[in-house]
Amino acid sequence: MGSLQLSSIRKSFGTHEVLKGIDLEVKDGEFVIFVGPSGCGKSTLLRVIAGLEDATSGSVRIDGAEVVNTPPAKRGIAMVFQSYALYPHLTVKDNMGLGLKQAGEGKAVIEERVAKASTMLSLDPYLARRPAELSGGQRQRVAIGRAIVREPKLFLFDEPLSNLDAALRVQTRLEIAALHRRLKATMIYVTHDQVEAMTLADKIVVLSAGAIEQIGSPMELYNRPANLFVAGFIGSPQMNFIEAGRLNETNASTIGIRPEHITLSREAGTWKGRVEHVEHLGADTIVYLETDVTGLLTVRLFGEHPYAADDIVYATPDAASMHRFDAEGRAIRA
Amino acid sequence: MSKARSSFLRTGFVHVALIAYTLIALFPVFLTLVNSLKSRNAIFREPMALPTPKTFSLIGYETVLSQGDFFGYFQNSLIVTVVSIALVLLFGAMAAFALSEYRFRGNMLLGLYLALGIMIPIRLGTVAILQGMVATGLVNTLTALILVYTAQGLPLAIFILSEFMRTVSDDLKSAGRIDGLSEYAIFFRLVLPLVRPAMATVAVFTMIPIWNDLWFPLILAPGEATKTITLGAQMFIGQYVTNWNAVLSALSLAILPVLVLYVIFSRQLIRGITSGAVK
Repeated sequence: MGSLQLSSIRKSFGTHEVLKGIDLEVKDGEFVIFVGPSGCGKSTLLRVIAGLEDATSGSVRIDGAEVVNTPPAKRGIAMVFQSYALYPHLTVKDNMGLGLKQAGEGKAVIEERVAKASTMLSLDPYLARRPAELSGGQRQRVAIGRAIVREPKLFLFDEPLSNLDAALRVQTRLEIAALHRRLKATMIYVTHDQVEAMTLADKIVVLSAGAIEQIGSPMELYNRPANLFVAGFIGSPQMNFIEAGRLNETNASTIGIRPEHITLSREAGTWKGRVEHVEHLGADTIVYLETDVTGLLTVRLFGEHPYAADDIVYATPDAASMHRFDAEGRAIRA
Repeated sequence: MSKARSSFLRTGFVHVALIAYTLIALFPVFLTLVNSLKSRNAIFREPMALPTPKTFSLIGYETVLSQGDFFGYFQNSLIVTVVSIALVLLFGAMAAFALSEYRFRGNMLLGLYLALGIMIPIRLGTVAILQGMVATGLVNTLTALILVYTAQGLPLAIFILSEFMRTVSDDLKSAGRIDGLSEYAIFFRLVLPLVRPAMATVAVFTMIPIWNDLWFPLILAPGEATKTITLGAQMFIGQYVTNWNAVLSALSLAILPVLVLYVIFSRQLIRGITSGAVK
């Protein structure tokens, strides 16, 4: 239970086309993440899957059944929102149970499922409270609990961690990962944060301007980006892009090299350059240098390194880790 | 205000201005109340003086309560005001919800059309309204007044409420839809409680002109059985002689219910703000 097929989903608001024909297949039990910059249509796509937004054309199938004309409550989905969206006038327990109550489940079933979910999320002490009396993290756990209680075929997450502070975000991320392992449910998750995408996903869908740029596992996207957009979007700091002409490469238009695939030396190397700025992060040192051949170059070194601004250094790229892109921005694979 | 950002002088000016405004606003009310408790001669001789044991008189109140059916007038005014407010809030909120929540062709235009009534006074249509009421046999009924006041209150209600409803979190409504709440349940159970402060504001804005109106009761419902309090008070104002004691007493009594309603709504106003569902 819990597969999803999207075929040629299009969505326009007036004359503005937000989704330009999305095809996607999600298998049962997969954790799929939609990632992309703001305004790329990823939230709209999620809302189309949920039935909160009608697609202009295209078909949505959940478990093989066409659901385009099915209201959200009957699609067998549950959704967790960025702003939690808890019912302010209901207690935690009633918040979690409302969906089942509306679906006409018996009291005993509701009690049992709410109890199970609240234990799973350690919400037991808060069941009688109202959302206003909870912290941000607790509210988001209630929202997740409300989704679990419905035992849906599909879990939909719409940027669920964006409102949490950094420490809580990491913790909740781990909880969501643990939840996915335990429930083995199909989850679709929208985020603009590529770290969340890389850490949680079985499969990442990179979207840009309403179209899918690439679908693949986190490591596929990292190691074999299909185009300039994906190459630039996945990985932090961003991949360095160098005009092929400056490196005397004739069979490509742009050369990409990740900051972590460049080594620095004070004595000798391929590109001579001057250090512009250094960021010491403890585990990493990020060096920004200006070289004669490549222009501005970002280099990520592991561990601590005593470089300082205005040092003269030599950078050497790892030739095997270079990415080549043609004039249209598509990756060239040997 | 924090101490660092306020100077003594500036706070002083603000307070002087506010106190002056309060005095100006309260002075007519004060004058009405004071003079309603004085004898006729004292009202004319020293209108500003407080009632002394010598000038104190309840003659005005006695006249008001003995002549005419004053409790009936009160009841009429209350019925008309309360029912009109209820209808304005219900229909205004529903229209505002539709305008702010659903995307449909002509949404903007419809919103403007519904708000047009703010700019065009309903009294311009008095003749047509009267003809309509005569044709439907509603003259001299409270229904006529309620219909007119509902129409009069709706534009502002829709305008204010639709702005407020736009601020209600979309996620909350979406969560309701996923949990299987009907659109009506979303409106009544999720949205309305969250815009309660705005509802209270609208109620107050709607209530005052209705309670104080003399025009439509005079034209549409001047019969004894349907007189409102403002119309009832008019019977003491004659072309040549005006019974000031009675007029002032009637007006003093008329302040009370409106004050009670105001207190109720302003409490709602404060209570409605405290909810913390979304961030």
